[in-house]
Amino acid sequence: MNSKQLMYILKRILYAAITVWALITVTFFLMRLLPGDPFTGGKAIPEETKQALFAKYGMDKPLWEQYLIYFGRILQGDLGTSLRNGRAMTDIIAESFPVSLELGMRALIFAFIMGVLLGIVAAVKRGTVWDSLTMFIALIGVSVPSFVVGSLLQYFLGLKLMQATGVQVFAVVGWADMNSKILPSFALAFGSMATISRLMRTSMLDVLGQDYIMTAKAKGLSQKAIIWKHAVRNALMPVITVLGPLVAALLTGTFVVENIFTIPGMGRHFVQCVQQNDYPLIAGTTMFYGAFLVLANLVVDILYGLIDPRVKLTGGKE
Amino acid sequence: MEKEKLITLENVSKHFHVGPRQTLVAVNNVSLDIYKGETLGVVGESGCGKSTMGRVVMGIYHPTKGKILYRDKEVNLKHTKDRFAYSRKAQIIFQDPYASLNPRMTVGTIIAEGMEIHNMYDKEKRQQRVYELLETVGLNREHANRFPHEFSGGQRQRIGIARALAIEPEFIVCDEPISALDVSIQSQIINLLKDLQNKMGLTYMFIAHDLNIVKYISDRIAVMYLGNLVELADSDEIYDHTLHPYSKALLSSVPIPDPDKEAQKKAQVLSGDVPSPINPKPGCPFANRCPNATDRCRKETPVLKEARPGHFVACHLV
Repeated sequence: MNSKQLMYILKRILYAAITVWALITVTFFLMRLLPGDPFTGGKAIPEETKQALFAKYGMDKPLWEQYLIYFGRILQGDLGTSLRNGRAMTDIIAESFPVSLELGMRALIFAFIMGVLLGIVAAVKRGTVWDSLTMFIALIGVSVPSFVVGSLLQYFLGLKLMQATGVQVFAVVGWADMNSKILPSFALAFGSMATISRLMRTSMLDVLGQDYIMTAKAKGLSQKAIIWKHAVRNALMPVITVLGPLVAALLTGTFVVENIFTIPGMGRHFVQCVQQNDYPLIAGTTMFYGAFLVLANLVVDILYGLIDPRVKLTGGKE
Repeated sequence: MEKEKLITLENVSKHFHVGPRQTLVAVNNVSLDIYKGETLGVVGESGCGKSTMGRVVMGIYHPTKGKILYRDKEVNLKHTKDRFAYSRKAQIIFQDPYASLNPRMTVGTIIAEGMEIHNMYDKEKRQQRVYELLETVGLNREHANRFPHEFSGGQRQRIGIARALAIEPEFIVCDEPISALDVSIQSQIINLLKDLQNKMGLTYMFIAHDLNIVKYISDRIAVMYLGNLVELADSDEIYDHTLHPYSKALLSSVPIPDPDKEAQKKAQVLSGDVPSPINPKPGCPFANRCPNATDRCRKETPVLKEARPGHFVACHLV
């Protein structure tokens, strides 16, 4: 790594920090526009109690002052505390994020490997039954949302399979053993797998039509060697590019899938806190997810430069 | 001196299916011999099947009909082993030096790959050969570790030549190797190809549409029109005693580098367009544009016959 590449990476990190800051700011003011407040719930609270609560949490001060205080705390690593149950945001993240991350990673790896393989098969066997079959699967994957896939999997592979065989092959809900992790990961991965396979097919077809594939053929390489050595590596580039946005899709997908399979991940907290106007939690989870996505995209950009020698990790001017 | 046949094409046709009941006849019933050590120039306008013929000769495309013989023995290109053995003897230089080199391989790997799969030399010797080849084509050994995108068009074509030479072929198809290059670079590449031929006794099939260059480099010239071989003769013979009306029109279009002569020259401009190569009608392919066409020309396809010693032409009127 030379100094230019280092400069590029530093610059990207700076941009990333600015993005996260903008995200925090926008979230902070937007959530204050939500109707209601954290203390108005089912039962009526006397006005003076409410005022006291506002004072306790510093919500009686002007909004800009609250923002500065909040921002100051974040810089010290304090992401705030839930107004509902008094738990620290950092604790909630430490407890539930690893679960969501594991679910997401399993889904990502599954989607990537299966998607790429299906795409290669479809492109190499173009126009045959294999091509139609894989693209049909991909079409279903793109058009059927994960909660439908999840429910169907629960019903057929979780329930019906158990009734038929008498053995609980896949758990229907929860997140403990291996047999409980397969169905949610697959449900989450299905859509992304479909996206990747379609992209990979197009990209493979493009690469297979390139002159350098003919060069490889002229050298005497076998079809297999041409596909694996020359075509796949070039065809992977567009797939790598979408990995960043795909991580985002998978993360938001976890909200839904975690709900269906009752998985104790972060998605649950995210949905709850918005419903309850739990300001510190909304800001905290949004910022955390935002920072995670920014990081994922940064990693993809750097990966891109490592895989494609034509992409130089330099900041603009040579 | 008796000329030694190296490659023979026997009634070679190449069809592409482009739609239901639509067949594109790219190469139609071409028979010719290529002798050891000669340069056979192939000329014709865009889309006349020159490149397709080059690729069929190379074994990149399977001929739809007809045979390819190497030293009087048929090469069964559908047979993997035969094709592999043949690829050791015949190589190709492509038109587009930008597209024909894998962008994700270093120049050294690109050049060495052919030797590797043909089990030539050990690893160290191969590396040595890569350096030698780079120097042979006028590059430096330092270039071996660079990627194709770091080179100019002319340099890339030199890499393409080094790659083709790597496995020490006897026969090289040069598929418009200079048409993508600057005029100033074109002559360098032509002279390089000529030098290499003298040094290594190579046989070339030189496909081009620049008639001056073809005349300069070729021993014999084949003129193609709409997939058909219409005239074949020694290079001087074909210029001095042009027989086929299409060749006459083609050769009269060549600019003469003398303004006075050029002004006096009467270029024979053809009327009409090249007919579609999809589902061609019987009869002479040139009949609809030929100034002398008769009824016979429109009904009966002329075959190649020897009109003068060593001068073949496919025309009813000669």
